[in-house]
Amino acid sequence: MMSGSVIDNTMSSGNSSVAIPADISGHISDLDEDDDLEVFSKNTTLTDGSSFNASMQTSPGSMVNQYKFEEEEEDGDAKDIFVTVDNPESHVTAIETYITYRVVTKTTRSEFDSSQFEVRRRYQDFLWLRGRLEEAHPMLIVHPLPEKFVMKGMVERFNEGFIETRRRALHRFLNKIAEHPIFSSTEDFKIFLTVEAGELTSHRKQGPGFLSRMGETVRAVAATVRGVRNQPEEFTVMQEYVESFNQKMSSLDKITQRIYRERKEYLEELKECGPAYMLWSNSEEELAEPLKSMAGCLDRCCKETEEQVKQLNDNLIPALHEYVLSTETLKAVLKRRDNIQAEVEAKTDALATKKAEKEVESKVLSLAWDSLVGRSPEEVKQQKRQKLAGEIKEMKDELDKMEDRLEWANNTLKGDWSRWQKVMRTDLRSAFIDTAERNVNYYEKCLAVWESFLFSQRAEGEGSGRVDSS
Amino acid sequence: MADSGSEDIAVIGNTDLTPSESENNIKNAKKPMIEKGTSLLKRMEISVAEAEKRTGKNTVNMQETYTVYLIETRPVDAALEGTNPVPDSLWRRYSEFELLRNYLLVTYPFVVVPPLPEKRAEFVWHKLSADNMDPDFVERRRVGLENFLLRVASHPVLSYDKILYSFLTEENGWKENVFETGFQAKADSRLKALNATFRVKNPDKRFADMKHYGDDLQSVISQLLRVRARAADRLYGVYKVHGNYGRVFSEWSAIEKEMGDGLQSAGHHMDAYAASVDDILEEEEHYADQLKEYLFYADSLRAVCKKHELTQYELEMTAQDLTSKKQQREELATGTVRTFSLKGMTSKLFGQETTEQREAKLKMLETQIEEGEELVKERNAECEEFVKSAWVDVEMFKEQKDRDLREALISYAIMQISMCKKGIQVWNNAKECFSKM
Repeated sequence: MMSGSVIDNTMSSGNSSVAIPADISGHISDLDEDDDLEVFSKNTTLTDGSSFNASMQTSPGSMVNQYKFEEEEEDGDAKDIFVTVDNPESHVTAIETYITYRVVTKTTRSEFDSSQFEVRRRYQDFLWLRGRLEEAHPMLIVHPLPEKFVMKGMVERFNEGFIETRRRALHRFLNKIAEHPIFSSTEDFKIFLTVEAGELTSHRKQGPGFLSRMGETVRAVAATVRGVRNQPEEFTVMQEYVESFNQKMSSLDKITQRIYRERKEYLEELKECGPAYMLWSNSEEELAEPLKSMAGCLDRCCKETEEQVKQLNDNLIPALHEYVLSTETLKAVLKRRDNIQAEVEAKTDALATKKAEKEVESKVLSLAWDSLVGRSPEEVKQQKRQKLAGEIKEMKDELDKMEDRLEWANNTLKGDWSRWQKVMRTDLRSAFIDTAERNVNYYEKCLAVWESFLFSQRAEGEGSGRVDSS
Repeated sequence: MADSGSEDIAVIGNTDLTPSESENNIKNAKKPMIEKGTSLLKRMEISVAEAEKRTGKNTVNMQETYTVYLIETRPVDAALEGTNPVPDSLWRRYSEFELLRNYLLVTYPFVVVPPLPEKRAEFVWHKLSADNMDPDFVERRRVGLENFLLRVASHPVLSYDKILYSFLTEENGWKENVFETGFQAKADSRLKALNATFRVKNPDKRFADMKHYGDDLQSVISQLLRVRARAADRLYGVYKVHGNYGRVFSEWSAIEKEMGDGLQSAGHHMDAYAASVDDILEEEEHYADQLKEYLFYADSLRAVCKKHELTQYELEMTAQDLTSKKQQREELATGTVRTFSLKGMTSKLFGQETTEQREAKLKMLETQIEEGEELVKERNAECEEFVKSAWVDVEMFKEQKDRDLREALISYAIMQISMCKKGIQVWNNAKECFSKM
């Protein structure tokens, strides 16, 4: 049972919850599962279901509704669902070997049959969930998943470090979904959290999925070819922002990875220093004690450096990396919006063309053919006019629908964009604050080590009658 | 040209100290060396104040650039009187220091002679230049040369040396003085002795142990310096990469509305953090220099032990020679041949010597034996003398080493504390800025 690490994880990934008390050091050890929940929100109790904010509850799947994104209560009052990912396990079958993770859900929401669920999920299941959410809500920004395994370096797929990093990322992903006002109330999310592994597989096979996607894709490709003519400025600004943001995040990601590598190399060299002093102390008499003491200090500094390196890898690096991955999602959402607008523009153009056709038709008398076919000119004219009018009405209806859809898309996107920005700001701020705190902590610990060395040496010095000059 | 008074010169000129006198001096010198003692340093302030580049023609008539160091001296009394006169000064280059040291090594073989700072930069790490002209290297060398002079000038034996005084006070003519002492002839034989291997029958355990200690010290300090240099290199990398944060934070802040200020100011702290490593490592280099001094001291220590071995060996050889001569005399006197000798064989083959011949030989042997006994006595005395003086100096060296190195370790700890405090400050500042994001 990895409850210890569960708690550690939820505490140290500052971006997985809305409010964390400033000093959580007291909560690190010896928590049972209920206390774990306290960390997320001081005010929520399991029995209080009424704290759920009504505006966040919308009927899933409905694309016509306007989503209201009022100022979200950041104090976590309304948090009524808690999800954790832990306990990776390896499964071996005849065909493959894969890892599953335990997903534990605790909730007071009425749409859930019970208040606690525990299921096992594999990476593919997470991919499925994300795909479903993206498909059902194309105008919303879904948090990225950790990448599929890439054969970079000599890291094995089942390397402990890799699995742990992935587990944390999956945990963050689910929490982001749970915190999202719309995603967290989707049927797919509920299924993901509650359904037994076998059942989930069959769910995955059903569903609109492939064909409808094909339809969408064809339209999308056609739209891409057309392009958007009059992109509203606010979306142009967004696009430019996404481009720059991507660059900055990639740079920060690279820099942080580099720091991680350099620190690790420093640690390797530092590890040799203690033993060197130790070796020396074997040849000395008077000096043996201070040299041994030095060696001890350096060993302790090594331990602190090790901690520091680990924390960088556990917190800041994944946080930055996730925002690098996010830009793909942001670009995709903007593109989808553009496509809708492009369709509107195309339909508008087509309608105008049809209307023009109608104008022309009423003037041209193609009598020749009609008399050949044996219809009277007036009849034919009437028929033609009616047909065109019908077509025009149809197109107008479609255009209206499309325009509604565009308006909806714009508002939805704007709303989720501002939500995403808030979340990004919170996530990265707390990741950097966290890193700064760790570094302060590291230096404080090392300071204590060296001060104790000084203290012991000075005491010794005074004992032998020397007067130290400071 | 400094001349602080004729009475001082008389004292300085006296290099023949009896063992008791030198012991006296050594007792005085057991107190912190730089402060007291009846040495030169008490009467004279010495410093290596500056370094300058010069160009000139060398021995093969080629242009070369070299560095000279300004040695300033001033009588201590003058400073105390408050008149604060301008110090006397002269310029010396590194090779002259080397010459002085070689002279001292040869002239005082029983002294653990202080080392010079390294000739070439060793144990460098990437940022540290291996170039002898690099200003940081020159500065550290200046400090090392001053340290050398201070140590020599406060040594109970070395400080009385005339050549040393001349080095400090006579810009021209000093070299002639040194060569006039004829030390170079001795230098060659010393070098040979240092590199020779010979078996001593009754090795002095103390010196044998000391030699091993010298070997160990050299090896452990080398290892430590290597490891430290590599760690310094890595630490440099860690700090410097943080400088990139400054740049990117600044760029990022330009595209954000609310996060901008926090990011911008955090970036400045990252720049400060990255820059701080230069001073930190500069200080650590001084610590490395302190270790290096004792690395090189190990060589001096080994040299003294080796010299002792040689002295002992020569004594043993002389004694052996005497014994064999005595044996010969006995054989000749009694007519018995106890040991095989070519002479014995030939005499057997070609007949005995005449009585006159035997008498003549005996007489020669007697003389030789007499001389031999004198020589053995001399050598014995030499040996004893050497052992006494050397051991006194070795003990003094041990105490000095323990003191100095302990101080060095303490100063290293102080450096680390300062580094940690800086780190705490920077990251606390950064944290505050991040909170404003």
